[in-house]
Amino acid sequence: MSEISAVTRDSRNSKFFKFIPGLNRRQRTLLMIASSVLVLAAVIMASLLLDNEKIATHFDEKNLGPSLEHFFGTDWLGRDMFTRTVKGLSLSIYIGLIASAVSVVIALVLGMSAATMGKTVDRVITWIVDLFLGMPHLVALILIAFTLGGGAKGVIIGVAFTHWTSLTRVIRAEVLQLRSAEFVQISRHMGKSRWWTAFHHILPHLVPQFFVGFVLLFPHAILHEASITFLGFGLSPHKPAIGVILSEAMKYLSTGMWWLAFFPGLSLLIIVRAFDIIGENLRLLIDPHHAHD
Amino acid sequence: MLKVNNLSISFIQYQAGLKQRNLQVISNLSIKIDAGEILAVVGSSGSGKSLLAHAILGILPKNAMVSGSMLYKGAELTPEIQKKLRGADITLIPQSVNFLDPLMKIGEQVRCSAGSGNPREKQKSIFRRYSLDEKAENQYPFQLSGGMARRALVASAVVGGARLIIADEPTPGLHPQIVRETLGHLRELADDGCAVMLITHDIGTALSVADNIAVFYSGTTVEIAPTADFKGSGEALRHPYTRALWNALPQNEFQPVEGFQPSHSGHLKEGCLFEPRCSQSSQECKCSTPEIREIRKGKVRCHNAT
Amino acid sequence: MQLRAENISFRYGKGDWILKDFNIELNQGEILGLTGPSGCGKSTLAKILAGYERPLGGSVELDSRSFPSKGFNPVQLVFQHPEKAVNPRWQMHRILRESGCQDDSLYRSLGIEESWMKRWPNELSGGELQRFCVARALTRQTRFLIADEMTTMLDAITQAQIWHVVLEYAKQNNMGVLVVSHENRLIERLCDRVVCLRDNAAGRT
Repeated sequence: MSEISAVTRDSRNSKFFKFIPGLNRRQRTLLMIASSVLVLAAVIMASLLLDNEKIATHFDEKNLGPSLEHFFGTDWLGRDMFTRTVKGLSLSIYIGLIASAVSVVIALVLGMSAATMGKTVDRVITWIVDLFLGMPHLVALILIAFTLGGGAKGVIIGVAFTHWTSLTRVIRAEVLQLRSAEFVQISRHMGKSRWWTAFHHILPHLVPQFFVGFVLLFPHAILHEASITFLGFGLSPHKPAIGVILSEAMKYLSTGMWWLAFFPGLSLLIIVRAFDIIGENLRLLIDPHHAHD
Repeated sequence: MLKVNNLSISFIQYQAGLKQRNLQVISNLSIKIDAGEILAVVGSSGSGKSLLAHAILGILPKNAMVSGSMLYKGAELTPEIQKKLRGADITLIPQSVNFLDPLMKIGEQVRCSAGSGNPREKQKSIFRRYSLDEKAENQYPFQLSGGMARRALVASAVVGGARLIIADEPTPGLHPQIVRETLGHLRELADDGCAVMLITHDIGTALSVADNIAVFYSGTTVEIAPTADFKGSGEALRHPYTRALWNALPQNEFQPVEGFQPSHSGHLKEGCLFEPRCSQSSQECKCSTPEIREIRKGKVRCHNAT
Repeated sequence: MQLRAENISFRYGKGDWILKDFNIELNQGEILGLTGPSGCGKSTLAKILAGYERPLGGSVELDSRSFPSKGFNPVQLVFQHPEKAVNPRWQMHRILRESGCQDDSLYRSLGIEESWMKRWPNELSGGELQRFCVARALTRQTRFLIADEMTTMLDAITQAQIWHVVLEYAKQNNMGVLVVSHENRLIERLCDRVVCLRDNAAGRT
């Protein structure tokens, strides 16, 4: 649901770069997108470059606070928290990427079929959408992930199968409206087939929804991956996942080791925000109402 | 009441990629409306007539740049003043009854725009004036007939006691009787001392009610003429475009003119904008843009007008 | 060839009947006017005749045969608002080509500029777009043209320009035209015969 609210929300992001004079809005927006993409790319690159040795157990370096050597400190096994966080984040990005790609494809296929394949199909699909929307996300997610035996596969399938609903609704509504548009009807009367009009007239109009929906699903997928892992239904504890890190850190918070939760949590927030910014700015670029601001 | 001097409006638009360019859509436009007068602004789509209305109301999009002056009752219309006057002293009668709030009862909508004083009292009197019965007060827009919804639209526009009324295409494709009625309302308002600006593409509508007609072409006025000059085969008219417009009416010659109105997507050329389509064009018309000048109680922007 | 509607009736959902047992026929080469007050069903009738809506009763026949359900429709409809009739994400040349018509002299006579072809619909004015919509509808396969308030939103000069071309084309190609308009003076100027549709669908010639 919140990807829709994100779409309607007025964005204040692009004002961020207003302090650089001489840039027009479109340049500022592109700059925002570029810097967010840079952050994400940096995380993935870093996770590839950082040595696995650093997250091995080093009992001589355990429970250290943040320092120049260990930016985010170390945990009770002497593992470098910075490395764990970066690797965890990049794992999250991978999982988010696959999960939201799958969801968006599901949404596109179901949304298109609901709107074009007749009343019965429409009724069935809307019913399924209502069913999934009526259930709390997390419950369905846990259920699916748990049934599939957890692990990366369970998380990806779980996230993918719970996040397609609102985008499906958006696409279905859009297609319904386009289908009755005069230019589509005229095209039909010029002898073009149903499939031809769907492909040439309707699909191009869905591209923006599709991309924005994809990018805005990302933060959700990442957050939900982290939450079910945190709850213990997701990735296995051996993986350097953010959810795992946070749930372990809980146990040590009371002993004053604040850095265990603080830095990984903050990084997660930054990554999620980066995706949010990309999505909203993309929408601004595509939205004709703001096209010339 | 309203005086617009040398108004120019341009838009900053993106071209492919990141480059921006400046599009001049209205150039050196001057009009004036007095109390008790209906000025019809006539022009084809894309001539910039709606933008003029938006400029006066101060509701142009953010990427617009405005130069020139607009004086309302002798005072400069700044954005702050526009905001204060909008909906009170200056009001807009929109195109379609879809501008009524579909979820609000008519009476309430009218009271909402009543401004200061006793809203209920004002609403009752405006309802009487536009023969909207008591029942309509508690009805929603969809329950009204087309004609009644139009009257409600006019009522909610003028209930605040506006002095300058801008009607933007108030009668597109309507039943002739409703057109007559709506135009009749405009006439009444003008006779009560309001200034009315009627924006339309249909010269027939304009002629039936206006005192003066301003003809738009490519973002500027080519002629401002008293309505009485539109007669016969247009001998009394000053600009060749106005004459062509008059002669193109189905009840007159139904005579088309080759070519098209230059648009703003390209840069506008030097000289008179109507020159490529004009039968009387001369070398002078090609090179220099004619200034607006006064001829026989009207204004015209043409080198050859007499 | 003749386009003929016999005893057609129509209403939306369970609403009032917009048309009831209505008859109309349009012959090849004929310019027929259709007038009537707003809301009397002119546009609905136009859509039925062009096959955009199916009548609930009665039939629409082309040359005593029912309508072809596939392929190019020989009865083409031009709408009032050209902005809605073109895909905003298509360039103008693609919009024109969709109907398969390629007639440069027709474009020229409608005043379509070569330089407009590379533009997007939002870069052209309503009058310019409507020229494209008319050009698109006038193909070799078009036998009848239904113009539903085709020039209502346009200025007088563009209106005259477009109609002169359409009338000339109709004469040359023996095409039938139905002019739907509330503007009586336009109908008088253009048409050989006029049908007036009254309220409650009981219209007669």
